[in-house]
Amino acid sequence: MAKQDDARDDRPIVLRLNQITKSFGKLIANDAVSLSLRRGEVIALLGENGAGKTTLMNILFGQYTADSGSVEVFAQTMPPGNPRAALDAGVGMVHQHFTLADHMTVLENVTLGTHSLWKTSLDKVKTRAKIIRLADEFHLQVDPDAIVGTLTVGERQRVEILKALYRDARILILDEPTAVLTPQETDDLFQTLREAVDLGLSIIFISHKLHEVMAISDRVLILRHGKLVAQERTRDVDKHQLAALMVGSEVTAPKVAPATPGPALMSLARVSTPDQGNAPGLKDLTLDLRAGQITGLAGVSGNGQAALADLIGGLIQPDTGTLTLKDTPHPNWTPREAVHSGVGRIPEDRHKTGTIAEFDLTENAILETYRDAPFSRRGWMNWGRAEAFTREVIDTYDVRCPGPGTRIRLLSGGNMQKLILGRVLESGPQIILANQPVRGLDIGAVNYVHSRLLDARDKGAAVLLISEDLDEIMALSDVIHVISEGRLSPEFPRGTMTPAELGVWMAGHGFDAEQAHAS
Amino acid sequence: MRLEPIANPTVARSTLLPTAAIATTVVIASLLAMVAGANPFLVLGEIIKGAAGSKFALLETLNRATPLIFTGLAVAVAFRAKLWNIGAEAQLYAGALVTVVLGTGALGLPSWMLLPTLAVLAMLAGAVVLLIPALLKVRFGVDEVVTTLLFNFIFLLFISMLLEGPLKDPMGMGWPKSARLIPEARLPRIFDGLRLHWGFGLALIAACVVWVIERRTTLGYEMRAVGLNREAAQFAGIPVNAVLIKTALLSGGLAALAGFSEASGLKGNLTLDLSPGFGYTGIIVAMLALLNPLAVVAAALFVAGIFVGADSMSRAVGVPTYLADIMLATALLLMVLAIMLTRFRIVRE
Amino acid sequence: MDLIDILLSASFWTAAIRIASPLIFATLGELICERAGVLNLGIEGIMVAGAFAGWMGAYSGLGLWGGVCVAMAVGMMFGLIHSLLTVPFGLSQHVVGLGVTLLATSMTYYAYRLALPEVTSPPKIDAFQPFEIPLLSDIPLIGPALFSQTPLTYLAFTLVGVVWVVLYRTPLGLALRAAGENPAAVAAQGLSVTGIRMGAVIIGSGLMAVGGAFLTMSAFDSFFFEMVNGRGWICIALVVFGAWKPGKALLGAILFAAFDALQIRIQQSPLGADIPYQVFLMMPYFLSILALIVMSRRAEVPAALMVPFNKGER
Repeated sequence: MAKQDDARDDRPIVLRLNQITKSFGKLIANDAVSLSLRRGEVIALLGENGAGKTTLMNILFGQYTADSGSVEVFAQTMPPGNPRAALDAGVGMVHQHFTLADHMTVLENVTLGTHSLWKTSLDKVKTRAKIIRLADEFHLQVDPDAIVGTLTVGERQRVEILKALYRDARILILDEPTAVLTPQETDDLFQTLREAVDLGLSIIFISHKLHEVMAISDRVLILRHGKLVAQERTRDVDKHQLAALMVGSEVTAPKVAPATPGPALMSLARVSTPDQGNAPGLKDLTLDLRAGQITGLAGVSGNGQAALADLIGGLIQPDTGTLTLKDTPHPNWTPREAVHSGVGRIPEDRHKTGTIAEFDLTENAILETYRDAPFSRRGWMNWGRAEAFTREVIDTYDVRCPGPGTRIRLLSGGNMQKLILGRVLESGPQIILANQPVRGLDIGAVNYVHSRLLDARDKGAAVLLISEDLDEIMALSDVIHVISEGRLSPEFPRGTMTPAELGVWMAGHGFDAEQAHAS
Repeated sequence: MRLEPIANPTVARSTLLPTAAIATTVVIASLLAMVAGANPFLVLGEIIKGAAGSKFALLETLNRATPLIFTGLAVAVAFRAKLWNIGAEAQLYAGALVTVVLGTGALGLPSWMLLPTLAVLAMLAGAVVLLIPALLKVRFGVDEVVTTLLFNFIFLLFISMLLEGPLKDPMGMGWPKSARLIPEARLPRIFDGLRLHWGFGLALIAACVVWVIERRTTLGYEMRAVGLNREAAQFAGIPVNAVLIKTALLSGGLAALAGFSEASGLKGNLTLDLSPGFGYTGIIVAMLALLNPLAVVAAALFVAGIFVGADSMSRAVGVPTYLADIMLATALLLMVLAIMLTRFRIVRE
Repeated sequence: MDLIDILLSASFWTAAIRIASPLIFATLGELICERAGVLNLGIEGIMVAGAFAGWMGAYSGLGLWGGVCVAMAVGMMFGLIHSLLTVPFGLSQHVVGLGVTLLATSMTYYAYRLALPEVTSPPKIDAFQPFEIPLLSDIPLIGPALFSQTPLTYLAFTLVGVVWVVLYRTPLGLALRAAGENPAAVAAQGLSVTGIRMGAVIIGSGLMAVGGAFLTMSAFDSFFFEMVNGRGWICIALVVFGAWKPGKALLGAILFAAFDALQIRIQQSPLGADIPYQVFLMMPYFLSILALIVMSRRAEVPAALMVPFNKGER
């Protein structure tokens, strides 16, 4: 079906990937992937984490060399392993993690790499003129002399797009571009992209957000486990079909029984925390976490979620306001006190903060409790007890590993997360902070983590679920709050809000009215 | 070129590569010996003979290894927690200073009380010397590499000032040296008639104690966690700054024991050449031992052997003793490279 | 003698600029390395090697400038070793730096002993002589201080400008700074982070060696053991003090040298008679530590300093 449409399309093909295969050891990251992109076309590359999207783009950009297959840009075959070739041929990429130098100006960032290194001047006047012209043409307003570190995330993305356009890119690749944007900024981005397409550019849009793929793309390509499993015209499919194709089976939202909420186990009363660089702190935030209830925290990333997680986890102290556990205020709240008061914490980044890569499973399993009996007494470790505990966690939480003496860096993300889950849940915490608990996990591990969190809720724990994935929040949460710029929305019970309505709050609207109402 | 982690390095890989590092060091030393116009086999033979060829040579090596075990342990402990203590030299002199200040008659105690008192106070002094850079690091974020290095220079000048001032031996014929320790303040020999003092025994005990601390105590666990991943340690509730301060106290104390042992066991007084850079050499010892406290003993013996051997080789063949330093520097650089290559493979991209 | 008198005397400032010169070379060298993201603790040993190589080069008849070139080449060789281990292999910059210092120092002493086995006091060379720049050197105070120095001092000051222009006004400098801020940004443009960082360390190490050569070829005329005496470590403090900017680093070096010159003078004056000379000798080191503490809060450290870059790693 799609093939026939292709045949009728007479726009010239600008980019073609032929039978790209790439493996890392036993893992086949790309398995004979072919795709073509036409002039003025937007294609979406859809797939779960680890489906092979990033590897494919790294091959296109010569960062990796494919085991077999070829890349053609404007009918010209790219030499493998040469990072400059694709850039010079007119392909520009906006990475998910911006490749910008924060201490340098927009102009310097845009200029980087555009001159021969041995030229004696930077031609700042010409460069500035061109940046301003492009910014006008594509509605990408940004001050060329601003220091990148002072810009908002949305502005930084504009700088990344400007970088590509400045290099006369005719093909733009955007890797998860909306993950860091508010719905409004996303609309602006889509506006810019549509203008680019009208001017004859072609776009590859990498995402796992279905509604965005539906909104912007002409064609959808779906990668699963390194294979291109489907290729459809966007108008011929709906979101459910795409979701099914992406994960390989019909997605089923977990069945959640109604909650029976109890008293508030943790209360934050009018807390504020300082801003951390670009990340806003909390602004006069009040929140109750009730027993037997999952509280979902929705919001665009970088709107105070980190501050809230750090506060509850004991890593930062509030400037003003109080943190109360069952009517007991805790003025000197530390990670250790949090653990001892029955707060279980699943950290956002399991590699950087959740585990110590070079420690074995046992050493990681007792990371929060090593100072307590039976793991240690009067400063002496009892490794026997620690190992027994770890074996228990391995069995109970189905951690697939050679044994408790294995270094944790050798485990897959899912098994790593299961160990953390065991570490947190085994002590029977009353309050659970789950910060992005399923990010980057495969669907099996996702379901496992979710069901464990629901179990904990049913046993009476108060769960705070922080996620950037609105679908996850809406599926699991009994009540939802939205956070924006460090401010918290009122509580919305399950089923009272549509995604669009929540999106309005996520964009920062409604808070002022709320404040006016409160005072 | 790219580095790719190896999940489970083979035994061959993790033995062959370090062996190759040592072999390359020997080759480089041979070439340098040839540059000096000497027969490399003769030079290497003389080094081995000088280090372990006789009872006297062996005892000399053991004596030279003693302070290196202490400074090697000091560095290993600190580096384990990623506290870059390059100031073992200053801490060593702090220990020696306390020993001569209190051991030349100021404390009139019997030997069995005086020696432990001196050792403990020396450790305290060394701990305090490292405490300052550690506090600067924790409090202001000042890089401890530079501060500990600069403290070495400051402390040596301080010692020099004291040796030309209040500590100057009136009987020293004008030389800048301290008075001699009273007999009660001298570490006895382990065996009668053999020139090996109890400082060596103390060093072996220290190595075992540090091993036990690292493997069997909460402090050791905390130190390793902080060194491997500070962010995760912080998140888990390990008091990172307190751990760094405790590590500094332990490390400084161990380095100071080297000074105590040299002054009380070997020299009997304090001079400006008490340590020919034992503090710096401790870094090599610790790195060659991969920061493992028990392996520090072996590494210190190896390093001491090369130094002692090179001294006697130089007397016999005339090749400058600095060959020993070159060998150790080369061994250090090649060893860190070899260890890395056991865990990563080079992939061409 | 009054403090004001000292500070207003031309000879004081002449001495200060002379003391500052080797520090300027080495500080610029370290600054280039650190701006590209590599801490070079080999500096102390590379200065020793440069001091010996330059002096030896001149002594063996290559001429003074020939000696400077030899020093530069030797420094670059140690820079190559350092950068090979720290950049593509990503080894600990602390450990490698100290290893390189040890290697350079011991190889220097070894070479010295081989070259001059019998001498008790090392031979002297005809060192660089002060060159009075016409007219400018007649300006009171500034003239003697700035314009009656040896050619190497003029070179040091010129290099400050050159390094500034390269860093801030050329594509190469832009790429170098970006490699120290966010190497991924450099790699994304198809530029080689490895190449840029290695190049920076090699050139920087060359400058450190010339800083060492200044000691044997301009400040003195002979080579002694321990003559670098911690100057390398002080330069690392000066880079921090100068907030990784060439101009501020120059200012820091002069300020530091002025203090050093001042302590020498006070030491020689009746004022210093009762104070042990060691107290004065400690001052530069204390000053460096103080500078580190003062600047610790404000300094804009290159974001990727000491962060190895491995392509394809996230």
